Amino acid sequence: MSNKEYDNTIICRCEDITRGELHRWIDQGVTNLEELKRLSRATMGPCQGRTCRQLILQEIAARTGVPISEAIIPSYRQPLRGVTLGAIADMKLDEEEKPHEK
Amino acid sequence: MEHREIVVVGGGPAGLCAALQAARLGAKVLLLEGDDRLGGQLIKQTHMFFGSEKQHAGTRGVDISAMLVKELKSMDNVEIRTNAMVIGRYDDGALTVDENDEFKLIYPEKVVFATGASEKMLMFANNDLPGVYGAGAVQTLMNVFGVMPAKKVLMVGAGNIGLIVSYQLMQAGVEIAAILDAGPQIGGYLVHASKIRRAGVPILTRHSVKEAIGTDMVEAAVITQLDESWQPIEGTEKTIECDAICLAVGLSPFADLFWQAGCEMKFIPELGGHVPSRDENMETSIEGIYLAGDVGGIEEASAAMVEGYLAGLNAAVSLGYGLAEAEGLRADLKDQLNDLRSGPVGDKIRSGLAKLQDD
Repeated sequence: MSNKEYDNTIICRCEDITRGELHRWIDQGVTNLEELKRLSRATMGPCQGRTCRQLILQEIAARTGVPISEAIIPSYRQPLRGVTLGAIADMKLDEEEKPHEK
Repeated sequence: MEHREIVVVGGGPAGLCAALQAARLGAKVLLLEGDDRLGGQLIKQTHMFFGSEKQHAGTRGVDISAMLVKELKSMDNVEIRTNAMVIGRYDDGALTVDENDEFKLIYPEKVVFATGASEKMLMFANNDLPGVYGAGAVQTLMNVFGVMPAKKVLMVGAGNIGLIVSYQLMQAGVEIAAILDAGPQIGGYLVHASKIRRAGVPILTRHSVKEAIGTDMVEAAVITQLDESWQPIEGTEKTIECDAICLAVGLSPFADLFWQAGCEMKFIPELGGHVPSRDENMETSIEGIYLAGDVGGIEEASAAMVEGYLAGLNAAVSLGYGLAEAEGLRADLKDQLNDLRSGPVGDKIRSGLAKLQDD
């Protein structure tokens, strides 16, 4: 898929990022997913990259010539899916482990 | 905060068998499943399994799941929790769990991650239109919830998943407009493919979907022929009427927890992407973290089950359980895996696993 007609194809659907936008980032020198993620929020939506990560890595590889096996893979941070602050605040720890009571 | 002997993460075929084997040897096991029911992909498999008797060949996947779950539930040393998704693994060994919207902390002595895989997406124009499904979603709708996903489906991918889901759709009264595959050959078993061909459904190799057409949902798809370097050949476009496009274009191991743990990872396309390194006992580069099933490389459920038994066995043995019977069991399980991976069907997985052992 090298044609312009695919520029409007959504590549990261959680964050609404098109293939054309991705190419513009790459052409500006954002050639790894770590930087791209910080600048564009790609892979940072509800699916946490499960849908788009491979597609983005493929596009970067195709446009830069650097194979995926050598690509910089961003950290997979906790939590893997959204969790409310309330749930975290209510977490039951052993008494001696509650840091704010020390 | 809880302390546990063995925690198995994921209640699909691999996780069920890991929990079962560890528990049979006497270990105390906690099985955590993020979904509201156990069985993973097995509960969508209404067809009978191949393989040998030891992997329940001739039995439907959904029945295999029920058998495994029944045995697990009969054991006093097994605790099963559903709606309990592990959402983090930390350097001190802690797992954080989102269990029915409660946030919990669990410290396992040994952990088996059997987290499976997620479906690969394909890039084509308008691929965000409603009616573009993953094959797993179609199977869930049909076989778990009894909902017909569409009336006329274009299937993309002629591997076993694409073929089997197509056939199940046909059995449910859904028309299959065509099955496409980007590769030069049908990837799945020919026994499945010929059943579908006999029913008059075209299977088009070296074809892919170029565009979905529709305003509020899929109304048609533009397909195109691909050349030998997988590029669309101009002028070969055809429009196919359909109300769904079903993508069966492969799976990606869902290895996030291994990344978080800092396990050594390798990119091996034959196994589906980045997978954790492991020794022959299914232990990763970090002591006490084991893996089983698709998360370590995309394979059939039968192999996932055997890997699960092997991981559960070794996790239990590392805690001092089952020392007398371990060696015999281990040898038998390794034989079963070798059998499953033998012959031309196992070429891909064998070459992937060989790469994993390199350097």
